[in-house]
Amino acid sequence: MKVHEYQAKQIMSSRGIPVPLGRMATTVEEAVAAVRPLLEESGNPVVVLKSQIHAGGRGKGTFAEHPDLRGVNVITDGIEGGPEATEAKVRELAAKMLGSTLITIQTGAEGKVVNRLYLEQGIDIARELYLAVLLDRSVSRNIVMASTEGGMEIEKVAEETPEKILRQEIDPAFGLADFQANELAHGLGIEGDAGQAFARFVKALDRAATELDTDLIEINPLVITDGGRVMALDGKMAFDDNALFRHPEIAEMRDETEEDAAEVAAKEAGLSYIKLDGTIGCLVNGAGLAMATMDTIQHVGGEPANFLDVGGGADEEQVTTAFQIITRDPAVRGIFVNIFGGIMRCDVIAAGIVSAVKTVGLSVPLVVRLEGTNVEQGKKILSESGLDVVAADSLRDGAEKIVGLVA
Amino acid sequence: MSILVGKDTRVLVQGLGKTGQFHTDKAIAYGTQMVGAVHPSRKGSVAHFEGEVDQSGVPGRDDTYSVDLPVFATVREAVAETGANASVVYVPPPFAADAVMEAAAAGLDLVVAITEGVPVADMIKAKRYLADKATRLVGPNCPGVITPGECKIGIMPGYIHERGRVGVVSRSGTLTYEAVYQLTLNDLGQTTAVGIGGDPVNGTNFVDMLRMFEDDPETEGVIMIGEIGGTAEEDAAEFVATSMSKPVAGFIAGTTAPPGKRMGHAGAIVSGGKGTAAAKIEAMTSAGIVMAQTPSDMGEAMARALG
Repeated sequence: MKVHEYQAKQIMSSRGIPVPLGRMATTVEEAVAAVRPLLEESGNPVVVLKSQIHAGGRGKGTFAEHPDLRGVNVITDGIEGGPEATEAKVRELAAKMLGSTLITIQTGAEGKVVNRLYLEQGIDIARELYLAVLLDRSVSRNIVMASTEGGMEIEKVAEETPEKILRQEIDPAFGLADFQANELAHGLGIEGDAGQAFARFVKALDRAATELDTDLIEINPLVITDGGRVMALDGKMAFDDNALFRHPEIAEMRDETEEDAAEVAAKEAGLSYIKLDGTIGCLVNGAGLAMATMDTIQHVGGEPANFLDVGGGADEEQVTTAFQIITRDPAVRGIFVNIFGGIMRCDVIAAGIVSAVKTVGLSVPLVVRLEGTNVEQGKKILSESGLDVVAADSLRDGAEKIVGLVA
Repeated sequence: MSILVGKDTRVLVQGLGKTGQFHTDKAIAYGTQMVGAVHPSRKGSVAHFEGEVDQSGVPGRDDTYSVDLPVFATVREAVAETGANASVVYVPPPFAADAVMEAAAAGLDLVVAITEGVPVADMIKAKRYLADKATRLVGPNCPGVITPGECKIGIMPGYIHERGRVGVVSRSGTLTYEAVYQLTLNDLGQTTAVGIGGDPVNGTNFVDMLRMFEDDPETEGVIMIGEIGGTAEEDAAEFVATSMSKPVAGFIAGTTAPPGKRMGHAGAIVSGGKGTAAAKIEAMTSAGIVMAQTPSDMGEAMARALG
């Protein structure tokens, strides 16, 4: 689960990790009203107005409705014009940003609608660094990754100048050791008090990652201010969905407006669904088989409309929900059900298909391939149902049949 | 011979919920030596299983079975009472990693964790805990391990298997069944089939399994089934190129998966341009692995690799 930058910063701030002062706003009036308290608290006439969406690249991104306007704007009008000038500029920009569609390198061409803004104090930056805590699958441990190349895309740094990336493996039994934090500070060339502040920062980040079950914490850039303070200028956090049960306060931060409505509905029903651009709806059990089913549809000349894994223990109701989600996509012109039962029993799937078709109705061709546990009962249920179902003998056979039927 | 499990494997089930109950029954029907259960709230009771045997399983048995499994509070006690040397974990996700550690502490040779949805941090700790233990973990989020005709631990349908020449290792459950079924239809059969699981942190990886199959005299070739995410397939490809004498066939799922999206499995995600199907297929092809273009071609690819 992803959270917004302002939420990540709230979490960091509550754990003693230094972040700039800021206020979130969902309306123009809220944004304007946030100006004076922020100026008084920070003592800095410069503020930054940042779009809050679940995607990176906001600073360089632009709005579909306002091609000249960036997703993040530094407002310096207050230096000469005072708080009134800052308020006026915030009012003007917030009115354009809220409700508009921000397109960044990570959103794709369709962009994301900005519903929340974050107004933040300006910071005098001496250095920009990169810092992250994430899983290294090859060692089955979290690592700290740091780089002097703050503000750049880390993938690019890794490719072009891998020597500029520092790594420390975190032993789960001990957490990040002091010497490791010091090695990082030294490697980044942060000396003296700032070095110690950095060590405290990175250790607090490691504790947050462990205690909050994050998939990823990425601070890009981490800044060292003119005054030698170490601070998260940006903050990205993603949490392990499987561990949210022990973090209800984090789960409450979910912003469903940032997610695809059908994907949310699927998740609530215990299904895993991802919308794609094709015309053939897929209902499959098992993630690997679901991916392979999409691949095979494409291989034989069709395009999959979705990834849908009904999981290991789906019941009749879940299968019905899965059908509803697939048929709600207007692009779907045919459906391919591909089941190889292990935990999933073919008779349950078959009963689910019959009940789903009776509930939802069916206006497109349906190809079903069943194999595995209780397959004979499953085939019997389908054949006795009187439904117009095309049976397939194999994955490839099924893919060819459905592609032929929608062509 | 076979690897990991065989007719002498004595298996405990950890977690006798609905799923544990259902698949313990199927395992007994197959002929697996299930010797006890660990389920603290039901300690001291007996779990009864009866029905008709699965004729595709261990040969030479009666047509029906009736088995009473003693239920224990702890794995340690269960091992002392039953002489178990392996366990299968159906414990719910919040407690599954702890169950794995308990099995390792009790000295079992093998723990197969079926549970899906275990928090990554729990698995990081469990793996750290297992590092200096002799216990091998397979999974979590996997279908299990089967040596056809001898022992079935997990949730795979028994009847699709047939004892034969090929070792099977896969990150995906249902794709393993696809591969197994085609090997059966092609009369190649399996020595042992292992699902290593779809999570980003798992107990046993491709290289571990390839090494065991390479050392197993009965296994003549191996089919490995990977998917997007991570670099385990690339590591395996390097092992195949440098350290394997036996032919290997392969398949990678997720060519059509969009980047940045988690495709069902916690570990199946292309992020930062890493873990793509294309990169894995290229690494495996370069290592001399015979790649199947679709899952329906896996059996044929294996036959070609075996020559």
